[in-house]
Amino acid sequence: MSTATETKRPERKAPAGERVADWADGRLGIYSLAKANMRKIFPDHWSFMLGEICLYSFVIIILTGVYLTLFFTPSMNEIVYHGSYVPMQGVRMSEAYASTLEISFDVRGGLLIRQIHHWAALIFVAAMMVHMMRVFFTGAFRKPREVNWLFGFLLLFLGMFTGFTGYSLPDDLLSGTGVRFMQGAILAVPVVGTYISMFLFGGEFPGHDFVSRFYSIHILLLPGIMLGLLVGHLILVVYHKHTQYAGPGRTEKNVVGMPLLPVYMAKAGGFFFLVFGIIAVVSAVATLNPIWALGPYRVDQVSTGAQPDWYMGFAEGLIRVMPGWEINAWGHTLALGVLIPLIAFPLVLGAIGVYPFIESWVTGDKREHHILDRPRNAPTRTAFGVAWLTAYFIMLIGGGNDIVATHFNLSINAITWFVRIFFFAGPVIAFIVTKRICLGLQRRDRDKVLHGRESGIIKRLPHGEFVEVHEPLSQGELYRLTAHEQYKPIEIGPTVDKNGVERKVSLVKKTQAKLSQSFYGEGNQIPKPTAEEYKEITSGHGHH
Amino acid sequence: MKKLSARRRHPLAAVVVLLLALAATGGLYAAFAPADKAQAEETSQSLAIEEGKKLYTVGCASCHGTGGEGTTDGPSLVGVGSASVDFQVGTGRMPAQQPGAQVPKKKVIYSQAEIDQLAAYVASLGAGPITPTEDQYSPKGADVAKGGDLFRTNCAQCHNFTGKGGALTDGKYAPTLEGVSNKHLYEAMQTGPQNMPSFPDGVMPEKEKKEIIAYVETMNDPDKASSPGGLTLGGLGPVSEGLFAWIFGLGALIATAVWVAAHTAKAKKS
Repeated sequence: MSTATETKRPERKAPAGERVADWADGRLGIYSLAKANMRKIFPDHWSFMLGEICLYSFVIIILTGVYLTLFFTPSMNEIVYHGSYVPMQGVRMSEAYASTLEISFDVRGGLLIRQIHHWAALIFVAAMMVHMMRVFFTGAFRKPREVNWLFGFLLLFLGMFTGFTGYSLPDDLLSGTGVRFMQGAILAVPVVGTYISMFLFGGEFPGHDFVSRFYSIHILLLPGIMLGLLVGHLILVVYHKHTQYAGPGRTEKNVVGMPLLPVYMAKAGGFFFLVFGIIAVVSAVATLNPIWALGPYRVDQVSTGAQPDWYMGFAEGLIRVMPGWEINAWGHTLALGVLIPLIAFPLVLGAIGVYPFIESWVTGDKREHHILDRPRNAPTRTAFGVAWLTAYFIMLIGGGNDIVATHFNLSINAITWFVRIFFFAGPVIAFIVTKRICLGLQRRDRDKVLHGRESGIIKRLPHGEFVEVHEPLSQGELYRLTAHEQYKPIEIGPTVDKNGVERKVSLVKKTQAKLSQSFYGEGNQIPKPTAEEYKEITSGHGHH
Repeated sequence: MKKLSARRRHPLAAVVVLLLALAATGGLYAAFAPADKAQAEETSQSLAIEEGKKLYTVGCASCHGTGGEGTTDGPSLVGVGSASVDFQVGTGRMPAQQPGAQVPKKKVIYSQAEIDQLAAYVASLGAGPITPTEDQYSPKGADVAKGGDLFRTNCAQCHNFTGKGGALTDGKYAPTLEGVSNKHLYEAMQTGPQNMPSFPDGVMPEKEKKEIIAYVETMNDPDKASSPGGLTLGGLGPVSEGLFAWIFGLGALIATAVWVAAHTAKAKKS
């Protein structure tokens, strides 16, 4: 089109902007990219912005982190402090700790940037958890998005370790205790544990190396991998298109929402500044990790109330509540009290990570899904998610058992026993209760569809009976409540054919069918009202 | 000298030497032994002891026994010293309200004069740590940084980095050091009340106690310790920080997300 006009009026000189754009298009192909993506539609819902919070806090972490690297000295050389913080003057400490004090008290804006960096990190991991829960409970991880779910899960996992290595860098007494904790866990690994520890710390703990090593891991290795995963995560979001909640006009084949340009560009850009602003306000108002009050790390010192940042609180809880079992045999010690938590940690996290694959295997559902589930319409999945969160939360209590004890006037031993029991019992109870609640809500939806909304208007009939008037729902609302699909459980079929010959069914198939029953079998989902039922009831010959 | 050496083999020589040795040991002990024993001699002191005994009989004897010998409900007070009494009664821990994992700090019900009388009486039961004078516990001129190091080595395990307290087993706890007077800090170190180990002068000299007091004062005195980072969130470390990040940080962000999503472009809406 444009070439045609150009040939007609060759003397017209294009405006500068157009010429720059032409130049860029000739080399980068931006026109076709823009054509394909500028009008890309995104659906509108607050829960779809949780991922944005993660993205923006990650950007904030990188920006502030670059500033901090300008002043931080990743060295464990011992020096005597003579800086401006009086209560530390004359104390021996590592250069890493001294430079963190300097960032906090002598570098212009240093303390604020340090607090923004750390608060943004805490919020980043928290936002990833919430984002993951949104994706989980709405079933957004189903085909074709399983790989993207894994990307997100890896981001969460790496985010935890990036946070941990960063928390260890100032070499203060709190983080040093955390590193010692980690080293203890490494030592508990049979056979290779001591070798790994010696390798990681360059000799005996603490050695002179771990700060500089953690520094490379914290600022280069892990963020580099995370950045790659993040880009992949976003490309896949664009490629798959965004999921949407069921509603009139929304199908598996379309996306109803607003275009990227100009609406989402403005919204997302504005939201970035809101996120930055809120994190900056939090950082300006509240202290985070006041390392100057904690003192430099020394192996002979320790404080009570030494916890890791919240995302590692789960691991802390596992260690705190585990009985100190040990097996001593042939001159070797197997420290089960540490080894079992070390194994449980990735297993519990991994349980949620592999769930999408388990669900698709159990349900045998290999189709694409772009319409989100309401959590109540997938009772087993929702119950599993709540059970997982319960276990996670109980372990967080275990990780903070001393703080809980002093603030609620409880015995720390009683809390530990509570956590030991409810780490196993809690998820079971949560699973059962959540499933019942989901089924109850499904029944309520069914009732609402068939009988309408309770209006609160009481009518007296000629013969004296009182009835409540029910108002029928709008067409859109009816659609929304009945849009979900209902699956049939996988059947094995008769195991004996008509001649009485037994058919071999593998144990795997049997398990699959059984689990499938528990997802979609009788009593595990409430049949949604059919069109016939609806017609019969609403035809007017009122039976309620 | 000749006379002395001549009687060196006298049958009574051994007895005389023994007597001289005993007298020397006793005299040296009297000269260098921890003080206290001289207290009872002054008249005002004995008056205080008498008054103290009356107060003791009313307020303490039911658990500690009529002579401070202790019962199944309370330990013996022989040898605990006046510093113990001054700490326990002066912080309101004694008289105890009820038995439990630990006797908590509460409102002080005796006047300082009465506490001194009680202390004088209990001190008269047996020698023990004496209530310190102000120049003993005043942190004036003490090295705060050294105190911080000592605090982290000896105190932080139970009282937390900045003296915010922490949990011990079975409902016992190390209390917060916020608002504890310098004298009581000194006495606690000296006597080791309840679950706390004691740090007598042989273990921790007076100078080091002063340094620790100077550090605790700097950390907890709102006038001296400005918090450069803003709200301290209780000074409890990552648990309260994590809660704050979830509730106020992420909470505010999600509320903002809801707000942004609710204010969408409305160009085509009827």
